[in-house]
Amino acid sequence: MRNGVMRADMTVEMEPSLTRGHAVWRKAATVRGALTLLVGGSVLAACGSSSTGATTLAPTATPTPVCTGTTTNPGYSNGLATVAGQATTLSGAGSTFVAPMMSVWTKAYATSNSVQVAYSSVGSGAGIAQLQANTVDFGDSDAFMKDSDIAKAKGGPVVQIPLVQAPVVVAYNLPGIASGLKFDGNTLGKIFSGGITMWNDPAIKALNPGITLPSTPIAIAHRSDGSGTTNIFTDFLTQTSPAWVTALGGSTTSVGKTVAWPVGIGGKGNDGVSAIISQTPGGFGYVELDYAIAQHQTYGDVENKAGKFIEPCEQTAANATVGITSYPADLRVDIVNESSNPEAYPITGLTWALVYQNQTKAAVAAGLVNFLSWVLTKGQDLTGSVNYTPLGPTLQALCIAQLKKITVNGTPVSP
Amino acid sequence: MPPPAGVGGGIAASGVRVAPILLKRGRPRIADRIFGTGVSITGGIVLVVIAAMIVFLVLQGLPAMQQYGFFSFITSSRWTPSTAFPNVSHPNPYGILQFIYGTMLTSIIGMIIAVPLAVGAALVITEVAPQRIKGPLSALVDLLAAVPSVVYGFWGIFALIPAIRPVVDFLTTTLGTVPVIGIAFQGPFFGVSYFSAGLVLAIMVLPIIAAVCREVFRSTPRNEKEAALALGATRWEMIRIAVLPRARSGIVGASLLGLGRALGETIAVTMVIGNAVLHINSSIFSQGATMSSVIANEFTEATEPFHLSALFVVGFWLLIVALVVNILARLVARRGVAL
Amino acid sequence: MTQLALGTPGFRNRPALRRRRARSAALVGLLIAAVVVAVGVLAWVLVYVAIQGAGALNLGFLTQTPPGNPAAAGGGFFNGIVGSLIIVGIAAAIAIPLGIGAAIYLVEYGRGRLSATIRFFNDVLIGIPTIVTGAFIYAIWVTRFGFSGFAGSLALAIVMLPLVTRTTEEMLRLVPNELREGSLALGATRSQTVMRVCIPTALPGIITGAMLAVARAMGETAPLLLTALGNDLFTEYNPARRMSTLSLQIFDNAVTGFQEGQSRAWAGALTLIAIVLIFTFVARFFGRRVRTSDA
Repeated sequence: MRNGVMRADMTVEMEPSLTRGHAVWRKAATVRGALTLLVGGSVLAACGSSSTGATTLAPTATPTPVCTGTTTNPGYSNGLATVAGQATTLSGAGSTFVAPMMSVWTKAYATSNSVQVAYSSVGSGAGIAQLQANTVDFGDSDAFMKDSDIAKAKGGPVVQIPLVQAPVVVAYNLPGIASGLKFDGNTLGKIFSGGITMWNDPAIKALNPGITLPSTPIAIAHRSDGSGTTNIFTDFLTQTSPAWVTALGGSTTSVGKTVAWPVGIGGKGNDGVSAIISQTPGGFGYVELDYAIAQHQTYGDVENKAGKFIEPCEQTAANATVGITSYPADLRVDIVNESSNPEAYPITGLTWALVYQNQTKAAVAAGLVNFLSWVLTKGQDLTGSVNYTPLGPTLQALCIAQLKKITVNGTPVSP
Repeated sequence: MPPPAGVGGGIAASGVRVAPILLKRGRPRIADRIFGTGVSITGGIVLVVIAAMIVFLVLQGLPAMQQYGFFSFITSSRWTPSTAFPNVSHPNPYGILQFIYGTMLTSIIGMIIAVPLAVGAALVITEVAPQRIKGPLSALVDLLAAVPSVVYGFWGIFALIPAIRPVVDFLTTTLGTVPVIGIAFQGPFFGVSYFSAGLVLAIMVLPIIAAVCREVFRSTPRNEKEAALALGATRWEMIRIAVLPRARSGIVGASLLGLGRALGETIAVTMVIGNAVLHINSSIFSQGATMSSVIANEFTEATEPFHLSALFVVGFWLLIVALVVNILARLVARRGVAL
Repeated sequence: MTQLALGTPGFRNRPALRRRRARSAALVGLLIAAVVVAVGVLAWVLVYVAIQGAGALNLGFLTQTPPGNPAAAGGGFFNGIVGSLIIVGIAAAIAIPLGIGAAIYLVEYGRGRLSATIRFFNDVLIGIPTIVTGAFIYAIWVTRFGFSGFAGSLALAIVMLPLVTRTTEEMLRLVPNELREGSLALGATRSQTVMRVCIPTALPGIITGAMLAVARAMGETAPLLLTALGNDLFTEYNPARRMSTLSLQIFDNAVTGFQEGQSRAWAGALTLIAIVLIFTFVARFFGRRVRTSDA
């Protein structure tokens, strides 16, 4: 147990093919895997989850194949019935990690349901702070609220609902070098703590034989604001890099929404970091996948728990939850570097919507439940357009169930 | 309404038209008193606003000040909100010395560049330029002030920084290697830096200083200028003898006004300074942070204990610095020229 | 240095004079270089923004909101333009009457130390960093009522108020005293004199000051970050809710990594400069009627 979060056990093994990049996988495996997921998911939905403790599930079957560039729409239909009397506008703030996805969601939701959800991409830390101060209707963070955070929230207990999954990539600006430079956790930890300062350092060369690396200094770009993306990335570094932990002074200070970065330029938001990488020769930083793709940036492959160097994409991010057998009741799960699945991208994170459990305004409560239910069903089909990964069926069902906890003046909004 | 005897009667009889309001009694006086009171209240609003600002900033900053001590903020240069647990009081994890340093450094760089340019521009507008282009030239310099600061920041990232990169690279390889002072000019240069912020600030305060200097130079007595010219002075000598000596305190006042603006500028600086909040960086070509940039960046997300309160303390010190500089500016400029 | 006597040939071109003239020419040349740099930078900024923004600026930009996918092209900043007009409009409605009232007090009613203090602190209020104003409004309004366009208007009103007061005061001082004395002599009360004689006379200058304050408010971003918070995708007409402004949208899109967002930001910057310049030019146009001396 760590931070009150239950870690999952992985038991699934697979025989991967070793062609990387936009390789072609066995189509049979695709179809079989997809069918198994769907069947397993629907069985689960029919059974429902137990009301006490965590749900234990049969391990879901073969993971989806790697990085084909095509997207699969899960087509969830288990949304809650529309609650009447909803507000026509909602106000949210938080994570930049989810911002492109949230932008697509809110625009589509306004077109289909005539409710305008205004979301400000100000960083996970700001999202939590504004929710605590009760100045917004909902927050969003890629680092779930700890008990100490919830204690400071003015409106009482907080329901935290994962919305979508996405990888954090390490993007670099090296003209002439393509995507796919290989990094392992400890090397990344040394680079980001200032132990390795040049691109042609022997440690990087050892991981990438055959690639001529320039003798440019590494210009680290990190977040200057309180960031869930930082939390995901430093979580990975803490788990895989003793050098990082030592440089940051111990495992309590080496992970968090803000850390004391020994080197590098601070940028505000995922956009700030990706802008710095683009504008600085030799730039190197961590950003959510869509930002790197939209900026036509090159990014690296990272070694996962099974020892393979994995390209981040929608499919490998989905594999990061393959094999997770149980989720905590409050859905505060840490999925970073959890899966032993050989095709899982290790630096994958979730993002949580943060909503007060005891709402005071019926219209706002109805609006929130309707919006989040839509996001968890129809919204999951829109993830491919911005390179995000829909939630797996087990987690998605738990999230829908979580929505039922929201009450207004004592009565549940959606019983 | 019959005109009262003695006033309207005589005038009305003589055919002169009298404004009807003059013939009323009583009501205008009450209206006048209400008007006077209302106007006095609006006059006092300015004082109320400033006083309220100081009071609220102190109130919001009080928790952090009580936790860590009033002066510990400006004696520490360590800003690490993530280690700010309530039971840790020393050293203060919210030290703001590096923000004060950043604010001062960027403002000084800005002033060093802007003041000579502004004084020169003002002199040209008042003394050198032909009559017909005085107006357009003056308007052009004023237009610099009309450009919003967010546009300056945006332009700074994409146009200015790439343009100065070769110059800075040259400086880091030459000045950066000189012993002693070389520390202040070392690379590597990543674009965003104290220096870039200083340049952007220079452009932003130039029109303010130039506008005030223009008024200062324009108030030079004409006969003194003509006397100097009559005695055979060249144009520069006339400027040096007749215009500049009188204008000294005015120029200082104008510079202080520009400094006040530079100290408070937030958005443009945030976009080009790099936001390195951890400690003071020695080179002017490295990243830093200013008091306003840290408030703008961290305000909406301050969740650690005393974080938001510490930001209000930063705001409080920023207000004090801005007040002191602006008060000085008004005092000095007032003595030099009637503003 | 050879001293030539007046009247000797070559006096007009004596070496000492040539040296002084050369030095004067050189130094005046330096001064002209200063102006060239200043104007050159201005031209650089305006031309750069124009070139970058012209590509994305079209009628659709002014009438549409941004697309859902930030990497998609097209869309516009209609919500920012509407938000700017509403928020600055409300701020102007608050600040301009209060500012004119304060100026009337300072010129017509104030005597002695109190009005000197007010005038002094008014000038100081002009120099206060706008981020501090935003933090102040956050502390007293947003924590109680949430983020809203109206909170943004309050912050901008504090920014505009001292500007309006200062320029109105200067304009009122330019009204000749004879007009006041004549009005009072005819039996008008002080308030009637002010409202019916002084204000109408000074009106062009007062409008100038109001326009300059509006131009300044339209360009402000920092206080709005902490008060209005922005509403990037949707047009909001109700100031009790979150709104976007053109300046906020430019800022959000300028720092983003998405190139499409950045080109929208350039178009927005061009639009904002155009709006601010229009207000500034209109202000100057009115001001020229009042100005008595040359530039």
